[in-house]
Amino acid sequence: MPNDTAPGAERSMQDTRADAAELLQIRDLNVSYGRGDQAAHILAGVDFAVRRGEFVCVVGPSGSGKTTLLRCVAGLQTPTGGDTVFEGEVVAGPPKKMAVIFQDYSRSLLPWMRVLANVELPLRNTLPKAQRRARAEEALESVGLGGKGALYPWQLSGGMQQRAAIARGLAYQPDVLLMDEPFAAVDAQTRIDLEDLVLRVRERYRMTILFVTHDIDEAVYLADRVIVLSGAPTAVTEDVDVDLPMPRDQVATKALPRYAELRNRVFTRIQEAKSHALVSGRR
Amino acid sequence: MKRALRLALLRLWLPVVALLAWWFASAGSTSVYFPPLSKILDAVRTEWLGPYFLQHLLPSVGKFASGYLLAMLLGVAIGLLLGLSPLARAATDPLVQFLRSLPPPVLLPIGILIFGIGVSMNVFIIVFGSVWATLLNTADGIRGVDEQVRDMARSYRLTRWQRIRFVLLPAAGPQIFAGMRTSLQIAIILIVVSEMVGATSGIGYYVLKSQQSFQVVDTWAATIVLGVLGYLATLVFLQVERRVLAWQTGMRRSTNAE
Repeated sequence: MPNDTAPGAERSMQDTRADAAELLQIRDLNVSYGRGDQAAHILAGVDFAVRRGEFVCVVGPSGSGKTTLLRCVAGLQTPTGGDTVFEGEVVAGPPKKMAVIFQDYSRSLLPWMRVLANVELPLRNTLPKAQRRARAEEALESVGLGGKGALYPWQLSGGMQQRAAIARGLAYQPDVLLMDEPFAAVDAQTRIDLEDLVLRVRERYRMTILFVTHDIDEAVYLADRVIVLSGAPTAVTEDVDVDLPMPRDQVATKALPRYAELRNRVFTRIQEAKSHALVSGRR
Repeated sequence: MKRALRLALLRLWLPVVALLAWWFASAGSTSVYFPPLSKILDAVRTEWLGPYFLQHLLPSVGKFASGYLLAMLLGVAIGLLLGLSPLARAATDPLVQFLRSLPPPVLLPIGILIFGIGVSMNVFIIVFGSVWATLLNTADGIRGVDEQVRDMARSYRLTRWQRIRFVLLPAAGPQIFAGMRTSLQIAIILIVVSEMVGATSGIGYYVLKSQQSFQVVDTWAATIVLGVLGYLATLVFLQVERRVLAWQTGMRRSTNAE
């Protein structure tokens, strides 16, 4: 690019180029409750983007407004300031090509419906019955729940229920999958299984994933990129490229020196964020 | 099989003992007020399974069923509306509270003035008296549906109707049925009371008429028929509830087992 171009023009050209690859742009999100001195600032200018096909993990200390952030991105909550652009359009309500996997599977699967009906439910608007059924069965198959469709969610273990919730998200065939600490409620063994499951289905469905978690290991293990949040009022403190080889492996990947490096980097950032939050909290 | 038999025995022994005691204690009775049970049951058989079946029993059942079903329909529909809209709730709350505090029998005189004596007045009283428990429970149940379930329904862009049909009503189901059960008891009381003062047929009408003309055996017989009908209505209701809320029973059992 010639040097004599006006700085403004150069910037706007970069923006357009970025738009093409960026599926999701979170632009200067602010959320606060109350007014004036009494106001509680939850998000203070959270700003990052997710490219198509990318797996981005958002990590932050507890109480950093991760769920609030995700609700804003999902169009379930209107931010006080800033916005989210998804596929070129500002999010004003839940977008069509977006699905959310909630933290608490026992409250997001409907206990009065069988597993298959739960997975089919979001497809009722768009597909005739036979196709609905086929797609739901395929999704259940891909999360290892083939043949379990006739059971009720409460007849499944916690890990299997979260698999069913993931299957519901997959069957919906969104362009981006938002996951809000989806494995926080399951035991460690199940969590490892589910992490690998998510990596597998991501491969299979070529899905873009925005994954919120408080678990540093999980974030580094899963992601292409980790966004580290500060404590409330929350902003992005670091954007870490995870240049670990694919496919990931619970043993081999975690034994790499690079994994430890990345993990420590994120860890240190979060510790800083925490102590900063403590100090500003005392003030 | 053996367990079912034991359960049946456990449930039946007391009614059987009570009937037998009544039968033998009243067997030689010459009292006008306490006729022998044999005579009463005879009247039930010859009259209530005879001419009165069409003349009094069916009309009562018909009025009761239509009144109760209409009340449930209205109760769930209006309750749903109030549960969905805080504005509608705030705007109607004082009126709803006032109307439901009226003891329904108080409306009998006005009901007779407006509807005259007959079917529409009886149905009106049943609907008016029994609608509130269901209406308020439905509104409460809908309002109390879990936030995350609502988020899920919104993020998957379910239509309003899908949200109501597949998410909100089932979620509020247990509470709605609790309201309907209370409504049922009130409706049973009101069919009798309204027939006593404002009808020319029906079991309630007949109970009072026979008592006033000193046909004591018939009064007893009609009372028994009423009791049996009320019991059957409750039984049917519980069956329906068990089927509709089967998921809840199953879920409770599975969480208790863990």
